[in-house]
Amino acid sequence: MYEQLSTLLIQILSQAVNIFANKLVPMVGVGGSVETLEKVPWEYVVFGLVVLAALGIVFGVALAIVAARFVVKTDPKVDQVRETLPGANCGACGFAGCMGYAEAVAGNPDVAVSLCAPGKSAVAEKIAVITGKKAEKVDPKIARVFCQGGTSLSQRKFIYTGVQDCTAAMLAAGGDKSCEYGCLGYGTCMRACPFGAITMSADNLPVIHPDKCTACGKCVAACPKQVIELALASKAVVISCHSRDKGVDTKKKCQVGCIACGICVRTCPVDAIKIDNNLARIDHGKCIVCGLCVRKCPTNAIRDYIPARPRAYIDPAKCAGIDVCEKVCPVSAISGELRSVHVVDQDKCIGCRMCESRCPKKAITMVETAAHAVAGKPAKALEPVAV
Amino acid sequence: MWQHVLTIFIASALINNFVFARYLGLCIFFGVTKRMETAVGMSFTFTAVMLIGAALNWVIYEYVMIPYHLGFLKIVIFIGVVAAFVQAADTIMKKVAPTLYYKLGIYLALIVTNCIILAVPLINAEEHYSLFESMALALGSGLGFSLALIIMASIREKLELADVPKSFQGLPISFVLTGLIALAFLGFSGMITL
Repeated sequence: MYEQLSTLLIQILSQAVNIFANKLVPMVGVGGSVETLEKVPWEYVVFGLVVLAALGIVFGVALAIVAARFVVKTDPKVDQVRETLPGANCGACGFAGCMGYAEAVAGNPDVAVSLCAPGKSAVAEKIAVITGKKAEKVDPKIARVFCQGGTSLSQRKFIYTGVQDCTAAMLAAGGDKSCEYGCLGYGTCMRACPFGAITMSADNLPVIHPDKCTACGKCVAACPKQVIELALASKAVVISCHSRDKGVDTKKKCQVGCIACGICVRTCPVDAIKIDNNLARIDHGKCIVCGLCVRKCPTNAIRDYIPARPRAYIDPAKCAGIDVCEKVCPVSAISGELRSVHVVDQDKCIGCRMCESRCPKKAITMVETAAHAVAGKPAKALEPVAV
Repeated sequence: MWQHVLTIFIASALINNFVFARYLGLCIFFGVTKRMETAVGMSFTFTAVMLIGAALNWVIYEYVMIPYHLGFLKIVIFIGVVAAFVQAADTIMKKVAPTLYYKLGIYLALIVTNCIILAVPLINAEEHYSLFESMALALGSGLGFSLALIIMASIREKLELADVPKSFQGLPISFVLTGLIALAFLGFSGMITL
């Protein structure tokens, strides 16, 4: 029985080997098999060597001739600039990728060195050195979201259950949000951001992280509602609303929309705010970022992007009691008799900086609030804070 | 004879489509189909390189390799010929047509070591095709690959908006899609019997 089994096994195996050898091998792979010879004549080896060597020489010479005949002269500056650039290929400079900008800035005297938004002024200075151009000061920009009406603060027209993307939601009767100017909140900008600078808040609003945002403008182009705009990062007070509906309608649709009441226009000490088409807009050329309008806005539609404003502090040694600061303070935080040392009420001060520049004795400095609250009075370590 | 040439052309474009029936060239297939623009650019460059490469290789195979019994060196020589030709084309294009170079040049480097570009001369050699038949196979394969690229790119652009489960996002769902399209292409298999 044992012998029978083993012979059967050997038969099956030999048959399988036969099938494999005869039929399958020549069909393996694209291009098939190679002819097999009993004995390889030595001429074939020589032919092979000669033909391969000849082909190699022919191709080598041909490529060398082509390379010499069709040489393209490149400006060494282009490569230097290319290495300096961040290489994000974001297109914020207006050229097709970093290479395009490197060529333009090295070749064309009219192209400014400061166009690279992700690189900021450090890169602009380096490019200026390479190209011998003058570096202008770069006032960095940042993307700002002009809507605060998240899911909890705004109304919806209907329940949208389609593709979770703003562009797709836009196709369904302009999106589910009642306010036709507001953020839809499906995160198209977040996915468009090449730097991971946008996250979605719990209330379905984009949050822009200033340390990562390079103002490349990808989110601006991606947003179907045009809710995101690029603005100067230094102008940190922004009316975060785009609604051009009448005040009554805006109020029905959203708790934090601009109702064009005009309080900010009257509050602004430098007349920087105007109401146009039922929407207040700040003229950032005039705005001094005092933040007064932020406090006065009845619907909280104005946002202050300075996280903790430093408060004013009057140096008793320098104060001559001239009283200018007391008059200029919009929130009456400064008190003191004429010709005696004035004091700032830290709870009332809103950090608008209006007194700082007016003091003829330069006695007023701005100090960080948190540290101030802990120390009770300004300590040595407290330095004036730049915005 | 012309009927045979036409048969080879249709067979290589649809029935034996390199991507969907032979599963070759998948790296480029998945690499450039994220956007329609790159897919179309790749299609043009690929078909052109395929035609010229197949013609060059046919001449070398027919007039050098067969007389000297060098069939066993097919793979080495075919790769060498395609690489040299693509490199020369790259250099010449950069000088003569810079705009075309910046549009299509990046694909040339990808093509050099592509398996379809190598497979077409190998099949030509194996089947001992005439020049016309070789050209028909090259053109058919090029257009078939272009068809695959364009179908896939148009689907993947729509896929961007689809709600794909997280573990399937990116390449996995693309492979699933390719399998489905391959199934559809199986429908061509009874069209012509060679």
